[in-house]
Amino acid sequence: MDPWTLANAVVSGLLIGLVYGLSALGLSVIFGVIRIVNFAHGEIMVVGMFFALLMFRWLGLDPLLSVPLAAAAMFGFGYVLQLIVVSRVSHLPEHMQFLLLAAIAIMIVSALLLVFGPDAQGVHVGYAWDSVAFGELIVDYPKMFAAVAAIVVAALLLAFFKYTTTGKAIRACADNRMGAQVVGLNVGQLYALTFGIGAACLGAAGAIILLLFEVHPYLAPGYTLLAFVIVIVGGLGSLFGALVGGILIGVSEALAAVLFQPSMKSAFSFALLILVLLLRPQGLLGKAVR
Amino acid sequence: MKSRMTSAVSRRTLLAGVGASALAASVPLRHGLAASKIKVGILLPRSGPQAQIGIDCQRGADVAPEVLGAMGYPEMEYILGDTETKVDVARAQAEKLIDAGAHVIVGAFDSGQTMAAAQVCEQKNIPLVVNIAAVTKLTELGYKWVFRNFPTGPMIVGDAFKNQKTLFAESGATPKSVALLHVNDTFGTSLSGALMALTPKFKMPYKIVEKIPYDPYGRDFSAEVRKVKAAKPEALWAVSRLNDAIAITKELVRQRVDLMGILSTGPGWYEDPYLQATGKYGDDVISLVPWVDYKKEMARRMRDAYRKKFPGRSITSNQGYTFDAVLIVADAFKRAGSTKNTDLQAALRTTDITNNTTIGEGIRFNEKGQVPHVPCGAVQNRDGKQLVVLPKFAAVAEPIWPMRPWRER
Repeated sequence: MDPWTLANAVVSGLLIGLVYGLSALGLSVIFGVIRIVNFAHGEIMVVGMFFALLMFRWLGLDPLLSVPLAAAAMFGFGYVLQLIVVSRVSHLPEHMQFLLLAAIAIMIVSALLLVFGPDAQGVHVGYAWDSVAFGELIVDYPKMFAAVAAIVVAALLLAFFKYTTTGKAIRACADNRMGAQVVGLNVGQLYALTFGIGAACLGAAGAIILLLFEVHPYLAPGYTLLAFVIVIVGGLGSLFGALVGGILIGVSEALAAVLFQPSMKSAFSFALLILVLLLRPQGLLGKAVR
Repeated sequence: MKSRMTSAVSRRTLLAGVGASALAASVPLRHGLAASKIKVGILLPRSGPQAQIGIDCQRGADVAPEVLGAMGYPEMEYILGDTETKVDVARAQAEKLIDAGAHVIVGAFDSGQTMAAAQVCEQKNIPLVVNIAAVTKLTELGYKWVFRNFPTGPMIVGDAFKNQKTLFAESGATPKSVALLHVNDTFGTSLSGALMALTPKFKMPYKIVEKIPYDPYGRDFSAEVRKVKAAKPEALWAVSRLNDAIAITKELVRQRVDLMGILSTGPGWYEDPYLQATGKYGDDVISLVPWVDYKKEMARRMRDAYRKKFPGRSITSNQGYTFDAVLIVADAFKRAGSTKNTDLQAALRTTDITNNTTIGEGIRFNEKGQVPHVPCGAVQNRDGKQLVVLPKFAAVAEPIWPMRPWRER
């Protein structure tokens, strides 16, 4: 195998993995704090993609410029969803929570179908077809810009949780809900805020991914599954783990494709998942539950 | 009270009642057999990854009643089924359509889904008129209720070879190496298998230097295209669906993979969303596929009705072959004069339609329920339009070959 082919695969996998990691961050944030597995994960991200698509069509906004808007819109959606719907089932058995979120996912897909139809739709930005060559190494602009945007959004999120009072309060809720209530934190509000932040991650990821791929309502289940694989590999609840998981999955898929067969990509992702579950069930950067 | 009621029904009254009931029951039965309307179950992937294509197929079915009605064909009632792009759902939906009273089923676009529907139709003795499905064994398993006016994988590949030879000879540019990139599903493996098997038989001037199967649900196709690039082929042969075709084109341009040409034997590369998404980069691609022949009167009638009903949407083989499938049903029903399954089956076996919408001499089924030769065309994207460039008898433009380099567009 030509080393340039391998190098191209690794760089491409790294870039796309960062974007995948950002999308998985949303799942990790919500699970890490609220302990609810968001089965509508991919669907919320696809809503973010359609939001960015509309911004492009109506205002001519580049999807990268739509990132804050998509994040804000999806934050509102997530906040309200948690406050009005999800919070009411948080005391119920997990399978009922799964069903509720799966039902929300189906409703979102149906609504998107009604509004946008089943056709694949995308944006035509000036650099969509361009790439830069470093010798034999070719990096395309959309993937490069998307990866940089993903790093910026992930860094902002990590900084929020590390340095802001609200971020610390959310982490306190995640560590010890009872303790957080005892010291007077409004856990319900913080949970809504957390779901909102998770959804905002998805909105941002959706806007960024629109730069890379066409959007259609049926994209969602694939992204939900991908996010699950990433956060389990990286460590459910670990924000940095989600990014690491994304990169690992991105690179391993790219290498599997060039070293073996492209149709083996998913098999490699799941093989990695099984390996991690067997050797380190809490994920690479997750904390072991005693 | 009870005894009075019992005694009120005399033996004579009872006999008369039974006789009247039998007579009444026989009326709808006879009416059903000599019906003026046939119920057609249209089974397509209306949701899932193939939804766009399924809906395009439905559009072909949607214009058929108006066009055929104006030509004196009998009335049809559609019952719609959605396979959700899943084989198991296709099977369940075929059963549901039959339970809902469908006298015949049309569908189901995808080879795997059509195979599933065919098994149900065989069990229930209901005719299945295939609109699109290329898997060879569909009409090789001895099924009695399956009728297909669509080429099998080997037919598509065989015609593709013939059209390629003509293309290379006329343009004077012949690729010596080809990479085969195909979707790894029933359709893709069936077609690529036929292609690999028939390449030596047809003595093609090129060698297939790399065969690359890929996941039908894939998102990022950069690795697939990188593999193509590493093989350094002069031309690419693709067997794809829609979204993958768009993604592959983008990667070919971004990774600067210039080729003598892209040849496709499958959907995707000629469809409206593809042309819109790729713009000038979608031009020059040649699809070697079954296609509509506007030199036929029925095709022009369909086009006129279609433009009124769906302005701005192109007609592709999806609409054409689905229209033709409905035409086959309408024609059989007209001749049978009955919705009885065996009458319809007999009428379908003796189908002889020359005025259909697609390329070829017409529709006549052999003993296997297959139209023996369904010719394919070479359709080239030019300025966002699909133009037939081969075979000559159906061509509306001269082919551009080799294709223009990406950076010169």
